[in-house]
Amino acid sequence: MKLSYNTVEELAQIAESSGKRISDIVLEEQSQSMELPKKQIYETMKKSFQVMRESVKNGMNPDLRSSSGLSGGAAYKMKRAVDQGRNHFGYLFGTAMSMALAVAEYNSCMGQIVAAPTAGSCGVLPAALISVMEDKNIPEEDVVMSLFTASAVGMVIAKNASISGAEGGCQAEVGSASAMAACALTELLGGDPNMVCTSCAIALKNILGLVCDPVAGLVEVPCVKRNAMGVANAFVACELACAGIHSTIPTEEVIQSMKRIGQQLPTSLKETAEGGLAATPTGCRLCKEIFG
Amino acid sequence: MNVFDIVGPVMIGPSSSHTAGAARIGKAARLLLGEEPAAASILFHGSFAKTYRGHGTDKAIIGGLLGFDPWDGRIRDSQTLAQKAGIQIQITTGTIDDAHPNTALITMTGKSGKSVSLQGASVGGGNIQITRINGMDVNFSGQYPTLIVLHHDQPGVIAQVTAFVSQHRANIANFRLNRQEKGGLAIMTIEMDQTMDEASAEEIKAMPHVEDVILFKLN
Repeated sequence: MKLSYNTVEELAQIAESSGKRISDIVLEEQSQSMELPKKQIYETMKKSFQVMRESVKNGMNPDLRSSSGLSGGAAYKMKRAVDQGRNHFGYLFGTAMSMALAVAEYNSCMGQIVAAPTAGSCGVLPAALISVMEDKNIPEEDVVMSLFTASAVGMVIAKNASISGAEGGCQAEVGSASAMAACALTELLGGDPNMVCTSCAIALKNILGLVCDPVAGLVEVPCVKRNAMGVANAFVACELACAGIHSTIPTEEVIQSMKRIGQQLPTSLKETAEGGLAATPTGCRLCKEIFG
Repeated sequence: MNVFDIVGPVMIGPSSSHTAGAARIGKAARLLLGEEPAAASILFHGSFAKTYRGHGTDKAIIGGLLGFDPWDGRIRDSQTLAQKAGIQIQITTGTIDDAHPNTALITMTGKSGKSVSLQGASVGGGNIQITRINGMDVNFSGQYPTLIVLHHDQPGVIAQVTAFVSQHRANIANFRLNRQEKGGLAIMTIEMDQTMDEASAEEIKAMPHVEDVILFKLN
């Protein structure tokens, strides 16, 4: 089998016509191209998933603080609100938010995480998958498999647009992560391959144009909270696609427009800490306080 | 590109470019030195120079010099560990002409007195490019098994080395040569699809006009 990873449509069509999940055809193809048994590739992915689970747990520590002092403790606050029934949009939504904050904060504090697709956006995929897995009692094996769908979509985006904030802005980082999470969730929750493809388009469309403007150039403000937003975006995209709603603009064209928008964004809004939130009076003051 | 380039690497945060990539550049210098380091001086350029403290770039690159991979939790304590091991480390910031914004130049001396320098750039997602070795331009990522052959610029040396690689059934994916001057010191970097054993690298080292050979593979 040959997959070019040129479009998400290609993945959906091949999966549809062979009656398999996207994750199945991706694992098969990766086994061939890496010249390794499927079992071994699956086990490696499973290990990454264990690291994700650990990072969710470790990031909930109330005393966690980054060396700049800008992040830590938000995940704990969110989780406490959920545990005490004080959050407003349901247990699953609140838990997912707390998990995204946990992984992103743990990353800011030099914890061990899985870049997915980057370190700055590492909270989205684990939070989306682990919160849903626990809420709906989904077997771990299916969740690990869904990471192959997420990766394949990430490869298509990396190939045709970008997954780097320095090249494409935050749309390329948290945007790609939420598209990957949306696709994994859609497959996991029984959506067909075309729905998976649609959820990718919806997630990306919702976040097109988002700039990368980290205060003091650090992966903390606003990155940590944007990870929580990324999960919410993945939930929106998955929910709409699974309800049978289509995307007017095809996924392939959405990804192309993401690339063009990335090129059109000025350098000051692509991870240089020279524009956006980084250039606000508070952003500048914090930068001075941290680096002198 | 494969699935683990997207969901991965497993790494110590906070930044794939400023932390994971930096650890890889440090590890590359350590592999190049090939022995316990005694002293290292690190020059940060561009974004590395501006933000290295907040990203733990210093800890990550020192961790790399100690041989740690990007996912190794000991990176957090690398400065203390280096001190305990009696390694002198100096960090400075400055400008390197025409370098990628995330560039570090490492000059390193081993316990035996051997000295090397390596310049590398972190180009995104934890991936790196090694751009200079001992002052000579190179260009490789460390993702393939790579033979680094320091030799004297004499006719037939390249033919001799590449013939040896071919006899060992390794396919050359990328080849690059740079020399200081005609007849002077030169460097070959050979990226291969298959790896080679250390004994074979030693055989190349014994060839006429060859100064040193490093078989290089990053995890």
